[in-house]
Amino acid sequence: MTLAIFAPLLIAILIPFLSKWKHRIHTGWLILPVPLAIFIYFLQYVGADFQTATSTLSWVPSMDITFSFYLDGLSLLFALLISGIGTLVVLYSIYYLNHKERLGHFYTYLYIFMSSMLGVVLSDNVYALYTFWEFTSLSSFLLIGYWHFKERSRYGALKSMMITVFGGLSMLAGLIILTVVTETTSIQGMIEQSDVIVESAAFPFILVFLILGAFTKSAQFPFHIWLPDAMEAPTPVSAYLHSATMVKAGIYLIARFSPIFEGVPSFFIIVSIFGITTLAWASYMAVRQTDLKAILAFSTISQLGMIMAMLGFGTSAAIFAAVFHILNHATFKGSLFMIAGIIDHETGSRDIRKLGGLMTLMPISATLAIFGTFSMAGVPLPFLNGFYSKEMFFGATLELGGYTGSFVETLIIAIPWVAVIGSIFTFVYSMYLFFGTFRGKFDESAVPQKPHEAPLMMLLPPAILVLGVIIIGIFPNIFNYSLLTHSAAAIYGESVSKEIYFWHGFGWPLYMSMIVLGVGTLLFLTKKYWEKIYIVLPGKLSFNRVYDWMMKRLETSSEKITSFYMTGSLRHYMIMILVSIFAITGYYLWISDGVNFNFNDVAPITATEVIVAVIMAIAAIGTTMAKNRIAAILILGIVGYGLAILFVLYSAPDLALTQLIVETVTVVLFLLCFYHLPNLTKSEDTLTTKGTNLFVALGYGLLMMFIGISAYNTTFNEPISKFFIENTYKLGGGDNAVNVILVDFRGIDTLFEVAVLFSAALAIYAMIKLRKNKEAK
Amino acid sequence: MKRTNDLILRTTTQLIAFILLGFSVYLFFAGHNNPGGGFIGGLMTAAAFILMYMTYGYERITRILPLNFRLVFVTGLLIATLSGVGAIFFDQQFLSQADGYFQLPIFGEKHLATAVLFDLGVYLAVVGVTMTIILSIATDQKSDEVEESGV
Repeated sequence: MTLAIFAPLLIAILIPFLSKWKHRIHTGWLILPVPLAIFIYFLQYVGADFQTATSTLSWVPSMDITFSFYLDGLSLLFALLISGIGTLVVLYSIYYLNHKERLGHFYTYLYIFMSSMLGVVLSDNVYALYTFWEFTSLSSFLLIGYWHFKERSRYGALKSMMITVFGGLSMLAGLIILTVVTETTSIQGMIEQSDVIVESAAFPFILVFLILGAFTKSAQFPFHIWLPDAMEAPTPVSAYLHSATMVKAGIYLIARFSPIFEGVPSFFIIVSIFGITTLAWASYMAVRQTDLKAILAFSTISQLGMIMAMLGFGTSAAIFAAVFHILNHATFKGSLFMIAGIIDHETGSRDIRKLGGLMTLMPISATLAIFGTFSMAGVPLPFLNGFYSKEMFFGATLELGGYTGSFVETLIIAIPWVAVIGSIFTFVYSMYLFFGTFRGKFDESAVPQKPHEAPLMMLLPPAILVLGVIIIGIFPNIFNYSLLTHSAAAIYGESVSKEIYFWHGFGWPLYMSMIVLGVGTLLFLTKKYWEKIYIVLPGKLSFNRVYDWMMKRLETSSEKITSFYMTGSLRHYMIMILVSIFAITGYYLWISDGVNFNFNDVAPITATEVIVAVIMAIAAIGTTMAKNRIAAILILGIVGYGLAILFVLYSAPDLALTQLIVETVTVVLFLLCFYHLPNLTKSEDTLTTKGTNLFVALGYGLLMMFIGISAYNTTFNEPISKFFIENTYKLGGGDNAVNVILVDFRGIDTLFEVAVLFSAALAIYAMIKLRKNKEAK
Repeated sequence: MKRTNDLILRTTTQLIAFILLGFSVYLFFAGHNNPGGGFIGGLMTAAAFILMYMTYGYERITRILPLNFRLVFVTGLLIATLSGVGAIFFDQQFLSQADGYFQLPIFGEKHLATAVLFDLGVYLAVVGVTMTIILSIATDQKSDEVEESGV
């Protein structure tokens, strides 16, 4: 199983090496067997006596992260869809993309996607699941932006990336909380502890984060906006990622975790409301679109909303219908995308307003499309699988219950109505899609190419999918016991046994279907009369606008904030640094009660010290007042020499000597640099600037004073100085304790201080010499 | 760097420079037992050199004292480091110092410490660094131009 998951990835590595033959044979042919082999591999698990299978590959055992794969009915259904439709999409893309495209890139991305999608549905470890999850986002990003020279492609790719990664990250947060709560990284382990999870305090966060992840990935309302823009991808990508696989990752996530959330009212409310809203809103919006792929994109959103709603219902009938619809949707939507691609390929246009009357020109495509669209609409014909699942969906909406509360009760009454309204629009856009494209008059001047039927091999993949539609339609129970009941059981937690009938007998589901059929036909025929309603709703209400506005605001406000504090003025940065030190240190000093004013341990103050200190203080203040730079330098010298005198007074001869000479050298250097400096211009500082400076300087000085005095009065340990004084001669062989410390006890400090001097000298030398060379040039 | 034509300065410099150099050497050797050491000694030597440069001008002193001060501080750093590395060969930690009394042919019994070697490195490095910095700035082309233009 592990090999099956990683096989596409391994092949993706080899694809660049295949480019040698790419002029003779299309890359797609060379790698087509891979998904087919995976499909066949997973097919062997199908059967009424299905057993779960596991396989583990160690990854980061210390953190309990493994590639542990768990194959149950749900994973199997998805794995079959991924590999099966993957095979068909690769076959289709061979004819869709010609040699001039960068095929190596295309198939590499596609196979990375295939691997990661298989990983998502088969992983039992939540972190492995997340890894694969982000890989699907990443490869989807690459695939949407495949024609990167198109601006719309880049926009769509970025948008889908932003939204799905946002969801992916919140999902990661949810998974981390889950791991912390349950102390396991295995999904099955978590399901076993569902009581612990539901009762934990973090449960609302788990729920919201996981649902956010699932909703963004599955394009649920209001995160659906990335999917229509993702239609800029090549059509095989749209068919594969954005109808059959990636968008169902969110569905899979909810399905996978629903045994945990089973019976939780908030889960039911959130998922049902959003699912049903997505269903109604997207099908309503789909009628408005003029681009074939945009109609299909909104249709996908709507169908995903329907599946999501059914997962939210959580009854065994609803879950069975959801699983059934996952399979049905993948078959008919995949075929419809491929047909839309064929029409685009053969006529050069996807605009439904320009198309029409293609039935006689492209009879096979039209035949295939009729099955796809009618199945999508849920037309009650015994060979269309869409009808079965739609009927079961209606049935499920009527059987809700088990939750109490007035809000929930209103919701339960409202859901069937919304479902019917959504389905009416589903019917309308399905009819519109078919009749708008294939019936009516063919206008040769409107389309760039003269249309003709696509090559047979290009028609083969959609034909196979349509065949799937029909087989499921005629013999639904073949799939039922071998696959669907196992999948539903995996979600529901106990075994689900259900017979699928075409004829449910007279009952509300049938009446609802009839209403959909009747009102839908009426609305479709009168479409041009009520189309104006779209000016009112959505009118200017568009989530794309919200997204664009948010992205723009994000950019402008971060730019504003950055330009607010990144002024480029050193003075401002200095203020920020000092104020931050003041605030953080001062606050800590305050809360830790660290201020310690205690003058018991103070040596007597002599008059000399006072005089020197006063002179230094005057000189320091004078430096700030000086109008002339030379004066400032010289007055600063006074402070330095005063310090040297203080060192003498405190019996530090070495320090005094060094200070004296260093001060002299500094003043000399200052004076040397003086010639390079411009004259002091009288800075016209405003009063506020001066006030701020004064305030910051005073505050910082006071803080340092507080710290100094408090530090002096706070001794935690015996000072080390005693040891030095006692051992200077014994160990260091000298009488000068300072020097012995410098060269012997703490020689390494001195060594590196010398190194500091060394680099300073080098830097100054280099700076001056290099500047000369630059000027010479 | 322009040289001055002050006779008194030139005469006194001849005397003072050597007193300064002598004092700096004293400070350097006194370091272990009295105030002083490599750092101060080095600075003092540099001060003597600067006085000479100021009095006699850059060209003449460079001719008399053809020292590349960049080499001086590299040598100093090398000596300081190697004096530390030496300790490793005697199974001591890096920068361990040793001292002892030795009977030398001319000086008689003397107290010698390896710390002096380290201090010598510091001394040379300080001299080299100070001189490099000051001479680079002082001999900078632009400063000469400014000086000539009489600012």
